[in-house]
Amino acid sequence: MSTGSQWKNPVIRWVDDRLPIFTYMDHEYQQFPMPRNLNYFWNFGALASIVLVVMVVTGVMLAMQYTPHVDYAFDSVERIRRDVNYGWLLQYIHMNGGSMFFIVVYIHMFRGLYYGSYKAPRELLWMLGVVILLLMMATAFMGYVLPWGQMSYWGATVITNLFSAIPLVGDWIVTLLWGGFSVDNATLNRFYSLHYLMPFVLFAVVGLHVVALHVSKSNNPDGIEMKGPQDSVPFHPYFTAKDSVGVGVFLLFFAFFVFYAPNFFGEPDNYIEANPLQTPSHIVPEWYFLPFYAILRSVTIDILFIPAKLMGVLLMFGSILILFILPWLDTARVRSAKYRPIYKYIFWIFFVDCIALGWVGSQPAEGTALIIGQVATVYYFAHFLLVMPILGKIETPLPLPSSIAEPVTGGGGGASAGAAAAKMEKP
Amino acid sequence: MLKAIKTLAVIVSLGVAGPALAAGGVEIPKRDWSFQGLFGTYDRAAMQRGLQIYQESCAGCHSIRLIYYRNLADLGYTAEQIKAFAAENEVEDGPNDEGEMYMRPAVASDRFIKPFPNDNAARAGNNGALPPDLSLMVEARVGGPNYLYAVLTGYGEPPAGTEVMDGMSYNKYFPGHQIAMPPPLSEDGVEFADGTKATVEQQAKDITTFLAWASEPNMEARKSMGLKVMLFLLVFTGLLIAVKRRIWADVH
Repeated sequence: MSTGSQWKNPVIRWVDDRLPIFTYMDHEYQQFPMPRNLNYFWNFGALASIVLVVMVVTGVMLAMQYTPHVDYAFDSVERIRRDVNYGWLLQYIHMNGGSMFFIVVYIHMFRGLYYGSYKAPRELLWMLGVVILLLMMATAFMGYVLPWGQMSYWGATVITNLFSAIPLVGDWIVTLLWGGFSVDNATLNRFYSLHYLMPFVLFAVVGLHVVALHVSKSNNPDGIEMKGPQDSVPFHPYFTAKDSVGVGVFLLFFAFFVFYAPNFFGEPDNYIEANPLQTPSHIVPEWYFLPFYAILRSVTIDILFIPAKLMGVLLMFGSILILFILPWLDTARVRSAKYRPIYKYIFWIFFVDCIALGWVGSQPAEGTALIIGQVATVYYFAHFLLVMPILGKIETPLPLPSSIAEPVTGGGGGASAGAAAAKMEKP
Repeated sequence: MLKAIKTLAVIVSLGVAGPALAAGGVEIPKRDWSFQGLFGTYDRAAMQRGLQIYQESCAGCHSIRLIYYRNLADLGYTAEQIKAFAAENEVEDGPNDEGEMYMRPAVASDRFIKPFPNDNAARAGNNGALPPDLSLMVEARVGGPNYLYAVLTGYGEPPAGTEVMDGMSYNKYFPGHQIAMPPPLSEDGVEFADGTKATVEQQAKDITTFLAWASEPNMEARKSMGLKVMLFLLVFTGLLIAVKRRIWADVH
């Protein structure tokens, strides 16, 4: 089945008959059907991929000037900021780009949670997203170590030490991470190497994420499948245009921080060169790790035979790993919170819970903050392990529209909606 | 989108922002700086006075190792003035053809000379305390220029009942209130060439401006490029919105 007839240009036709990249692009990014009712929250996937490209481009250029050595790393970053042509711009874009990446991805994830985008048949799509989040976290953590400031050094010390809580192999893992017996030059070197490697792994997983997306197609605010051409619009020009609006607004937001508040997301302590002999009074990770940091520090007593430190580590990793099984923990028959009268509020309670954890993570682990952190941690897990399974069983969803086009064209009626909801049960 | 941005603002403000408090809960007063705001620039005259204060009051103990003499062009000095200024200092160079290190007058491409050859020497000369390098002092402290100004002007008699250790000074804004640095600025401690009255407050303001520049010499380039980028993006985004509306007109 030659695709030759589609392409008039002989060169394009020649290539396409042998390697159908033009047909592929046409199919996946031109004709590709998108639900016509997507709102602007569906921009954030595209935004995330743009930030990834921005990070790789600026990162590659920064790597040309950076020196991964404990004696020179801090000064080489300062040289980039002061003497390299537009180095300050590259460094500020990369530094703030990390925060932008997490802002965009967190919104992307909360959108998925609200509209039930993780539910069948998009479980693998969601799980690949969780892998992306884990890779991003590892990359961001190692990247933050590279400027070799006080927070770089002490953050690295605190986080790598967590692995020592793992029974039997913990100390071995820590030594492997450090490349020695403390955070030192070997640590900086391997983190630099891995920080350069990880984004390419990230690219690969993003590729899989996109392939999975193009099989199951985008979810939408109504959480019902597209049933025909009346429900969809082609990706181009509709979503190239709509995503471009999102990109424009996002770049304004990004540029504001780069040019007018470049250190807003940072810690002043990281402008002090790493000093192994002087511990900062208050070690905090980057803002995007704060909720997890709060969970880590919420366990203050040994539980049965599990030491508090190990329990904290398990909960911290568990708080992300639990997302992998969310598609099966959520027993609801409908996807979108729009048609889930109780979940609609539960979602916002969970959102506030995450924000509360973030605030607790920025505070010293004592007094009220600690107690709030413990309550919020318990609720975080209860949300996934209790609320989601039970709520799906007891909640009566609102009648779903019979099709995506229905609310748009005003056709159809409420009578058929129940049937549509029933159809959703086990696709 | 708006909702998302508002949400972000909440996350962000909860996560990182917080009032700049010195130890003991003393709030650091906010001041107006020439370099704050979207269009702020460094006050050249204040920086020049700040350089003089650095040379006469700070450089005896504090290094400013990330600054080169050539950077003084930012303060409004000519190449000739910088050359003359640098030449007043001696730096070690070498080895020469005989393999000997030798001293020569500094040139524009040299870094500011340090008061001590190493940290141990600095401690030995300062009662055991290490005077920090000042290159990034404004960016490396919570509160930035306001904190620096507060510490420089925060010396005074300790309140009744507060013991100050030997060789330490009481400072209202320094964490712990005991600072190893004796009051660095004094009334008329320097004599400004431009006739500005050298009060402690004036000096604190000028040295802070100078050190803010040292922390981020490219701030003016950043803000001026930012203005162009933001204006471009505003127009560009406006066009994108218009295009999107036109394309979607037949769907809605």
